[in-house]
Amino acid sequence: MEHTSQEHPEHNEAGSSHITPWTVYAIVFVVLLVLMGATVAASFIDLGPGNNILAMGIAIFKAALVVTFFMQVGGSSRLTKVWAALGFIWLAFLFGTLGDYLTRNWLKVLHPGW
Amino acid sequence: MSAEVAEEHGHGHAHHPLQCHQFEDMDQQNETYIVGMWSFLVTEIMFFGAMFLAYTIYRNENPAVFIQAGHLYLLKVPGGINTVILLTSSFTMAVGVYHAQKANRILQVVFLSLTVLCAFGFLGVKAVEWYTEIGLEHHLPGPGFQYKVTPEEMKEHLGTDTLPAAQASVPASKAQLFFCLYFAMTGLHAIHVIIGILIIGTLAIMVARRHPAAKYYMPIEMAGLYWHFVDIVWIFLFPLFYLIPKKG
Repeated sequence: MEHTSQEHPEHNEAGSSHITPWTVYAIVFVVLLVLMGATVAASFIDLGPGNNILAMGIAIFKAALVVTFFMQVGGSSRLTKVWAALGFIWLAFLFGTLGDYLTRNWLKVLHPGW
Repeated sequence: MSAEVAEEHGHGHAHHPLQCHQFEDMDQQNETYIVGMWSFLVTEIMFFGAMFLAYTIYRNENPAVFIQAGHLYLLKVPGGINTVILLTSSFTMAVGVYHAQKANRILQVVFLSLTVLCAFGFLGVKAVEWYTEIGLEHHLPGPGFQYKVTPEEMKEHLGTDTLPAAQASVPASKAQLFFCLYFAMTGLHAIHVIIGILIIGTLAIMVARRHPAAKYYMPIEMAGLYWHFVDIVWIFLFPLFYLIPKKG
């Protein structure tokens, strides 16, 4: 199959195209540090169950920033995006087994003496 | 593909010099590398995921153990310092990949070396933590495991007036399981940091010595993907072990 230079983005001597400017990484880095500070600060405030939700929410957001920008999934092909998402989908299935552990006590309520 | 890097190939069309025969073009080749690396990372996510699941189940069943052992015996300041070190190393790695894409040899070596330096710093801080926990406090699970909490320690770290009565009596066997999870998860993470040092260090030397394989930015991109994954694992480990809420 013939490909001409008009059909595809140019690749430089390192074999790369679509280069993200390093300033984007610097901004993401600063945001990650601020979010880390927010996680630490939030741990000193008593929010009840909100503490866990907030800490994990910030961690998931930080991970999403790292995947999108540092790992360049944001500007990548659809196939790459599907592959990157797959890992976390399988992880969600794995955590689905918690449905057993977290509902065991329900039996005692629904069927007293079971 | 640009005219100055394309070369005539003997069968009618020009190839990029870094392109291998089995690929249609450089886009397909680059995507193949990246999807292949992500396939590996999916297995890594599941590898660590199983441990995070074990952590979730055990913490859900024994919240008092995690509050007491986590607040009294994990070193929060070194844990925080290590988070900053690892985030910084992820940034220097990303900039290293940027310079690999730009084919800036010297800056690649500089930023890859900075990443390795951060990784050594991380392990150094971790060594101080483990020395305190294993050598001084005997918290390594096994025959030498010791766990005793005095009321004074409870008051100092947790404020006993706000503490539910159940947390006052944590059996040593349950605390031992907490430390099992702590050492297994941070230990597995540390093994990944050591492997990262070997990979990124080797690549830095290859780039510095103008190794032909390091002309292509892709090996450095792959190492970057691995290193950012190691960073993501720590992003979750830090709040889960060092910042456990005092009321569960």
